[in-house]
Amino acid sequence: MADEQKTILDVQHLSIAYPISIGVVRAVEDVSFTLDDGEALGLVGESGCGKSTLGLSILKLQRPPGRVTAGKIMYRGTDILSMSDKSLLAMRGRSIAMIFQNPLTSLNPLFTVERHFLETIRYHDAAYSREKALAAVQTILAVLGIEKKRLKEYPHQLSGGMRQRIMIGLALIMNPDILIADEPTTSLDVIVEAGFTELLLELRRLYKLSIILITHNLGLVAEIADRIAVMYAGTIMEIATAQEIFDHPLHPYTQGLINCVPNIRVEQKELVTMPGSPPDLVDPPVGCRFAPRCPKVMDICRVKSPSLREHAPAHVAACWLYGKRED
Amino acid sequence: MRHLLNYMITRILLAIPMVFIMVTLIFVVLRVMPGDPVSAMLGGHAPQRVIDARKLALGLDKPITVQYVEYLGQLVRLDLGNSMVFNEKVSTPIIEKLPATIELTVFGLLVSLGLGIPLGAYAARRRRTGRDFGIRLYANVVYCIPVFWMGLLLQLVFGVFLSWFPVSGRTSPRVDVSTFSHTGFYIIDTLRIGSLAAFGDVMWHLVLPAVTLGIVLSGIFVRLTRANMLDVLKSDYILAARARGIPERRVVYNHGLRNALIPIVTMLGLQFALLLAGAILTESTFSWPGMGRLLLERIYLRDYPVIQGVIIVYTLFVSAVSLVVDLLYAVIDPRVKY
Amino acid sequence: MSSQPQRPPLQAARFSPAGWLASFVRWFSRSRKTYRSEWWIMIAGLLVIALIVAMTLFPHLFTHYNPLDQNAGGQMTAPSAQHIMGTDNLSRDVWARVVYGAQTILGVAIAAALLSAIIGIPLGLLSGFAGGVFDRVLSLIMDSMYSFPGLILAIAFAAMLGPGVINITLAVAVVYIPTYFRLVRGQTLSIKEEVYVEAAHAIGARRGTILGRYIFPNVIATVVVILSLNIADAIMTEAALSYIGLGLPAGIPDWGMDLSMGKKFLPSGVWWMITFPGLMIMLLALGFTMLGEGLAEILNPRLLER
Repeated sequence: MADEQKTILDVQHLSIAYPISIGVVRAVEDVSFTLDDGEALGLVGESGCGKSTLGLSILKLQRPPGRVTAGKIMYRGTDILSMSDKSLLAMRGRSIAMIFQNPLTSLNPLFTVERHFLETIRYHDAAYSREKALAAVQTILAVLGIEKKRLKEYPHQLSGGMRQRIMIGLALIMNPDILIADEPTTSLDVIVEAGFTELLLELRRLYKLSIILITHNLGLVAEIADRIAVMYAGTIMEIATAQEIFDHPLHPYTQGLINCVPNIRVEQKELVTMPGSPPDLVDPPVGCRFAPRCPKVMDICRVKSPSLREHAPAHVAACWLYGKRED
Repeated sequence: MRHLLNYMITRILLAIPMVFIMVTLIFVVLRVMPGDPVSAMLGGHAPQRVIDARKLALGLDKPITVQYVEYLGQLVRLDLGNSMVFNEKVSTPIIEKLPATIELTVFGLLVSLGLGIPLGAYAARRRRTGRDFGIRLYANVVYCIPVFWMGLLLQLVFGVFLSWFPVSGRTSPRVDVSTFSHTGFYIIDTLRIGSLAAFGDVMWHLVLPAVTLGIVLSGIFVRLTRANMLDVLKSDYILAARARGIPERRVVYNHGLRNALIPIVTMLGLQFALLLAGAILTESTFSWPGMGRLLLERIYLRDYPVIQGVIIVYTLFVSAVSLVVDLLYAVIDPRVKY
Repeated sequence: MSSQPQRPPLQAARFSPAGWLASFVRWFSRSRKTYRSEWWIMIAGLLVIALIVAMTLFPHLFTHYNPLDQNAGGQMTAPSAQHIMGTDNLSRDVWARVVYGAQTILGVAIAAALLSAIIGIPLGLLSGFAGGVFDRVLSLIMDSMYSFPGLILAIAFAAMLGPGVINITLAVAVVYIPTYFRLVRGQTLSIKEEVYVEAAHAIGARRGTILGRYIFPNVIATVVVILSLNIADAIMTEAALSYIGLGLPAGIPDWGMDLSMGKKFLPSGVWWMITFPGLMIMLLALGFTMLGEGLAEILNPRLLER
């Protein structure tokens, strides 16, 4: 399926570690996935599973003292991790853009909306005149449904939903290929969230975006993502199309995750929860990282960690349940 | 604009209790505590008759509460009274010396901000590196250097050994102050008459005292800036700016530093009190003819009305600065509205 | 029902030295790993302090000259093998004066800081705990004093009281009362709202008990930090007062006074008379600052960021 021409981002065996005083946190361990041109990939998992770190590392912006210990991130054939500082600056915002969880704190409180936009444009393309830049800003504001007068306002004068739209506008102003959205709806209320989902779908069509949607919200990911990668404790457990993940989840963790979502069509007496808690990433369990919580755990799971293997067409999972690894 | 005006009026009214408390405190310290100004001034051997006559002349024979009320009444009429030693109004030497102190403190503040803020911001950017450690060490060492010792060292090196700068006074003897003196602010006065030679001389004298004061105070600003910058650099908008491809230097010094400066501005009022205290010692070390020297001179002469007057003017100075700082806060932070 | 034994509220510290020791040892072993550089800063500070304390306790171990002996050597001789820091204008040995001067400044600074703590802490506790008009008036007075240049206050007091070791101590102490008051009052206000204090109210504890047993022990950790930083400040205030001639009667060796003496001979290039006493003031203040900063980082990292 994954045709060479269409792959725009290819993450290969990526590992990220944070040295701290009592040891090394292995936040991301041997993660591989691809993103096709125009595709929306959902990156799903519990908080603290390394999905945000993974998202930031695609821009080479993982928070210090985080360090990439292995792997490559190939964007259109170039490894982002070995780019020069200058190419990195050109890439951020222009090729790959990112929006963050909290629109309230993601805008500089001392800068007007206009200044945020003009600054972004100026550092990417010095050729833009002020007029041309303002015209570009107004085009995007029209798409986002924000009045022109808001340009002169400061972030604290705007509502949460409006700030989120400005954030997206800032991310898209240089017309990037890929948008990484890190928990974009977590701090929005339900009504605003619904509007946001629609907007994201429309922008995706308009700007021909590829999207990496990082979230723990399975509802959101069901509406937007074409494919879903499920992450647990720094590793990817399963990747398949959204339909497959929801209809035929293979990995016990994915199954648990989907069962936790309350379903109004099925009568439930109690909220289903998954017993146990994610492992300590300083000293992760030997073998499969999910083994200590897995309802279907086998002996081998505690000894060797399974690698991602294709168990159905375009459906990979890292689990010993579906056959042994041929070494 | 009307809101701003309202705010200013409220703010000035709020400063009144502080001034009142300091006036009372100083009055209590100087008049009620043991030690009688007149006998101290006339020496221990003056006959009682002479002492009583003098007290009567100065109104010191009245009960202390009456003296206090009378003094407050004077102050309300903006009258600081008369000197006990010289035949002059208290305000005369104060008006003469105040500009020298303002010139010194303003330039001292500029030097300390100019050193402290960039160093602090740089240390925060290079957190936990050798340079960060070095800058933090500088801040702590400099904070622990007594101002007067700093002044003496600079005098020794740049005044005595190298002879680059003068070690005392505001002007050289060859410069005739009377030709330009008008406001008492020599920098303004010399520029007003357009004499570059005199202006140069004034600036040349200002260098060592201002640098002394500035270096010692810069330690505090390094620490404040670094701590605030570290907080600000963790913010989401810094990460968001980086993700938009804004160059690191601009992220740190434009997005970061501007936000980090807000809490520093709010603390400037308190730091200014330290600056004034440092200025007294600097004036003493550099024979700088300002309020601090006046205060010390009159303390040796036991000229209580002038001592009181000087301290009240210091209080007003501190209040005025904290008012300006509050207004400045509104200018740099769009979230603050009065 | 719960089978767990009834335990006292977690934060309500009791007077139990053995318990404190145990928790200190636990805290020590844990924090030494987490705050490696802070420990070194603290230890460096302690070493400097220890050296100077040793000077005050056993001055004869450091020098065999008498600091008041006006025939120790030649007049204003540069540092040499006999006089490692030279001699002053009265032919006294500068090093001996440095060694003996430590007693004055260290004694005054520590006594002054303790005195202001002894006055400021109870006032802060009462004010924060009682609230009302008493609190408002006292806070206004203390805030005014706090925002006013402390040295000027000390100068006024010192000028009125006249020279003397006790008088200079009082003058320095006045400056720092508001520091303790504000700190303790602020902490009292926040601790007052804690659940365990409300619980104590609910079980009918007397106000005095609550203040002494529940609030005061929680305030004390920060007080230790501020005390150390305050001594550093008091050292410089003492030196400043005696430098401008308001501190001590002649005849007591003192670094600040020696500096003002040295100032007179500075134009003739007598560098040793000002270099060494000043260096000592800086080192002593630095020692207490490093101790305080190290403690602050380890005990309560947010304390100094205000």
